[in-house]
Amino acid sequence: MRDVLIKGRDWIDARFPMTKLWNEQAGEYYAPKNFNIWYYFGSLALVVLVNQIVTGIWLTMNYKPSAAEAFASVEYIMRDVEWGWLIRYMHSTGASLFFVVVYLHMFRGLLYGSYRKPRELLWLIGMVIYLVLMGEAFMGYLLPWGQMSYWGAQVIISLFGAIPVVGEQLAQFIRGDYVVSDATLNRFFALHVIALPLVLAGLVVAHLIALHEVGSNNPDGIEIKAHKDAAGKPVDGIRFHPYYTVKDLYGLAVFLGLAAIIIFFTPEMGGYFLEHANFQPADPLQTPEHIAPVWYFTPFYAILRAVPDKLGGVIAMGGAVMILMLLPWLDRSPVRSVRYKGPIFKAALALFVVSFLGLGYLGLQPPTPTYTLLARIFSVIYFGFFLLMPIYSRLDPVKPVPDRLT
Amino acid sequence: MKSLRHGMLLLGLLPMVAFAAGDGATLQSANIDVGNTASLQRGARLFHNYCLGCHSVEYMRYSRVAEDLGLPPELAQESLIFTDAKLGDRIEIAMPPEASADWFGKAPPDLTLTARQRGVDWVYTYLNSFYLDESSTTGVNNVVFPDVAMPHVLWPLQGWQAARFAPGEHGADHGAFEGFELVEAGQLTPGEYDDAIRDITAYMSYLAEPMQTQRQRLGLWVLAFIAVLGVLAYLLKQEYWKDVH
Repeated sequence: MRDVLIKGRDWIDARFPMTKLWNEQAGEYYAPKNFNIWYYFGSLALVVLVNQIVTGIWLTMNYKPSAAEAFASVEYIMRDVEWGWLIRYMHSTGASLFFVVVYLHMFRGLLYGSYRKPRELLWLIGMVIYLVLMGEAFMGYLLPWGQMSYWGAQVIISLFGAIPVVGEQLAQFIRGDYVVSDATLNRFFALHVIALPLVLAGLVVAHLIALHEVGSNNPDGIEIKAHKDAAGKPVDGIRFHPYYTVKDLYGLAVFLGLAAIIIFFTPEMGGYFLEHANFQPADPLQTPEHIAPVWYFTPFYAILRAVPDKLGGVIAMGGAVMILMLLPWLDRSPVRSVRYKGPIFKAALALFVVSFLGLGYLGLQPPTPTYTLLARIFSVIYFGFFLLMPIYSRLDPVKPVPDRLT
Repeated sequence: MKSLRHGMLLLGLLPMVAFAAGDGATLQSANIDVGNTASLQRGARLFHNYCLGCHSVEYMRYSRVAEDLGLPPELAQESLIFTDAKLGDRIEIAMPPEASADWFGKAPPDLTLTARQRGVDWVYTYLNSFYLDESSTTGVNNVVFPDVAMPHVLWPLQGWQAARFAPGEHGADHGAFEGFELVEAGQLTPGEYDDAIRDITAYMSYLAEPMQTQRQRLGLWVLAFIAVLGVLAYLLKQEYWKDVH
């Protein structure tokens, strides 16, 4: 038996670099040995992506992408399809958890300077993944064809109308109609089910190839490749497999436990993962009193509303996302990790976190004068964190960086 | 230290849970138990007698209700279905929506998901909040749904109640709602009526998400499985990591 397997492997290796690929990507990939809890979220994001694709395929088998049937087909999945409710809740919970995991993954990069040279491209590919993910989530949210699906899409697509000259035509081109309609639902279905997932899968592969080319950063923000043993292996590195595969398996179990608590005991998550208003079918003639996007978009929605001018708001909202792409060049600190950065960076980061969470909360609330004022203050802090970074990151007194991992 | 870090991760998720609170409207707690089959059966009897004349439950089948509520097919046919519908049919109504829109001003909404859309507390409070109002075409109004088109269908059970309001200011008809007074008693005492609408609310919660008790039962097994997986994964990790220094 063993001989047959070895022969089979060799047969393949002579024709396809199977063992070579495995060793490059996992078996002989050396990762720093000091990964902490922040380093679970990359592999968890991959697990959630697989969950979304698999549950999505099964949902597609019973979902009907038409304005007349979409809402009823979702309820059909919830009631008449065997285990349909579980697959649907896994997909809807997975969508929110995808953003939880990705936001924590991005914050890890911010903490330990994982975007710094030579990992700029790794960061940029990750940012493109994030952008595609936002598109994927936005289009998927239209598919249940509930009130919030409909009016959320109506509001967000109309934002494109603020662009001078071509705006209105662009918004029409996206909808395929003058208002959100059956045509919009059909094209969003196509994009959500085929186009964007394909792009996403390709980008994730590129993200991993780039990561394994430059090597993982770590909480100390120093290069393990600087100290190699006689065999040319980093002294402070350990093989990804089996060390991090078994560690990630443990992290996965904890994550699955949290996900199961939501899926089985509070799938609506108090109206934040499944909004209450979305249990009412889309009604193009009745505008809801309060239209709020799902929680993962609300920080940017709050920035949009904080700017009095519509076009200005759209630019600020887009800028708030895109500015993250500039991070590798905005950070001028001589050290990577927050562990060795000084008080100025730590204070700036704390303010940034408060304003991001604050904006997320405000984006969910109906606007009041006080809330709008707060949103404006938080927006200024949000942009200040990035735009002033070239200055304060240079002034910040840093601590000496150790030679080896601590 | 490790568990502390995991605790911090949980804390990070907390704000999302905290957001869930608060709505402003003063709703009474429905205090229902969807796992109580007897309550659901009583609720179904009332709901099918009083509500199905005008409201459909179009995403739900009679047979599913019969199965989940432990009703044999003949009994279900007899006690749940008052039209020529078959047991496997969806719970629809004969009244055409165009006609009812003409009669009531608005077609009565489908009630399959109302308990999920508005919440069980809203449904319970709504059924408890009809009061006499001369100015309305139906003769009644509702505190949580002002100017509602629906008449007080449950009046034979509850009787009629009047609402007390604070005096109106700045030309308003009346001020804040203060309380109800029973003007004319119905077949049920106020306590019995409370129980009756609680049963209806429980049944509507069931209709909105019929698998909810099954979901929670299964969830405990899934969590138990994941806990074992977690312990094994942790031990495996410890074993492998022995040689990392």
